Amino acid sequence: MSKVDKLWLWFHRMASPAYFYNIAGRLLPWIAVATIILMLVGSVGGLVYAPADYQQGDGFRIIYVHVPSAWMSMFVYMVMAVNSAIFLIWHIKLSDIVARSSAVIGASFTFLALVTGSIWGKPMWGTWWIWDARLTSELILLFLYLGYIGLRSAIDDRRVAGRAAGILALVGAINIPIIHYSVVWWNTLHQPASVSKLDNPSIELSMLIPLLSMALAFKLFYLFIVLVNSRSELLEQEKRSQWVKELVTSQ
Amino acid sequence: MAMLIRDLRIAFRQRAEIMLPVIFFVVVVSLFPLAISPDPAVLKTIGPGVIWVAALLSVLMSLQNLFRSDFDDGAIEQILLSPYPGALLVLARVLAQWCVTGLPLILISPLLGLLLHLDFHIIKVLFVSLLLGVPYLSMVGAIGVALTVGLRQAGALLSLLVLPLYVPVLIFGSNAVVSAAKDMSYNGQLLWLSALLVIATTLGPFVISSALKVSCSYR
Repeated sequence: MSKVDKLWLWFHRMASPAYFYNIAGRLLPWIAVATIILMLVGSVGGLVYAPADYQQGDGFRIIYVHVPSAWMSMFVYMVMAVNSAIFLIWHIKLSDIVARSSAVIGASFTFLALVTGSIWGKPMWGTWWIWDARLTSELILLFLYLGYIGLRSAIDDRRVAGRAAGILALVGAINIPIIHYSVVWWNTLHQPASVSKLDNPSIELSMLIPLLSMALAFKLFYLFIVLVNSRSELLEQEKRSQWVKELVTSQ
Repeated sequence: MAMLIRDLRIAFRQRAEIMLPVIFFVVVVSLFPLAISPDPAVLKTIGPGVIWVAALLSVLMSLQNLFRSDFDDGAIEQILLSPYPGALLVLARVLAQWCVTGLPLILISPLLGLLLHLDFHIIKVLFVSLLLGVPYLSMVGAIGVALTVGLRQAGALLSLLVLPLYVPVLIFGSNAVVSAAKDMSYNGQLLWLSALLVIATTLGPFVISSALKVSCSYR
């Protein structure tokens, strides 16, 4: 069997609900432990060991929540859009479940990014809110999430809701780059991204390590929630199938 | 083509429905001087934005019933089942809708520009930006309409779905006019509007027809 065939086999097996349920169940404790460790490292490192910023003082430390959640808000939407595309093209139900459970988490991350940014903005910029390109695009992202969730909950039939919301997610995903690059087009108040230049980051290493560890912790946290959510959704959706009955009777 | 003519004919038989979005557009714009200030200097600065927002809302309002009657009597299913490509027929429908509601909106905008004390060369830019932007609004709005046509409470949801997607056009459109008012170059914004329009008219019909298929599967 060639490598490509093996990959496809893995793909098909992951798409099978029973297999996914078991694998996810086995992975969950590990992900939880890793999340907690990384979050501890990140918050202790960020709040205690990282030096205070020479301009912003201790106020900058909110980035350890703000930046990871802002990254996640974009990332989760992309996960949602990719899963919607998989669901629309190959009709893999699991992708729809992942997309659905991602939506609420993504909206929460977006909201968190906006709130922490606003709290940070008050002492730094002297205002709670400014109509800056990045803030605005984050707000629009929140609206996109809310629209997705709204459309989903408005349609009773689950499969149809998945397809309709999937189309919406793809349309939104086409728009996200346009919104994101608005940062480049309008030269505004928000400080330019200082971490993405990986070869030569303009941020001190002792500040960067907690940040990256927090970012990873947020990713794993998201993965954890999605897996828990998907498992319960799967049980609900597949309650008439053989493997769920076996699972319930065996316990 | 026959579809386009049929839709146009139906639309022209109900003249009130054609006029309503335009009247709405005019009324909304004329509320702003009352609410903010009749001072020409103020109106000049807010004018482009006000006209663009009003155009956006009235396009959204006029779209609400785009597929409604055909959905209720089953004509949409027949259209999708017909041997012709669904995307093409959908394109004809949106085009007809644009002719009867979008075009009058654009044609009346210079008049509103005068009401808001915009200079003549600014009105020209406003006109061109609306000419490029309003078809985009119709096309993207139609996606939202196609997704929500089967729902009972579609109105509020439709605005939540569609308005965020309108943001780039709103920004480029009103920004072009503002730049023109400052004697700066506005070609970039107009080119962006054209690019968005091309994307929307090429990809939009396919999205709309598949969204209609989804909507038809749960009546």
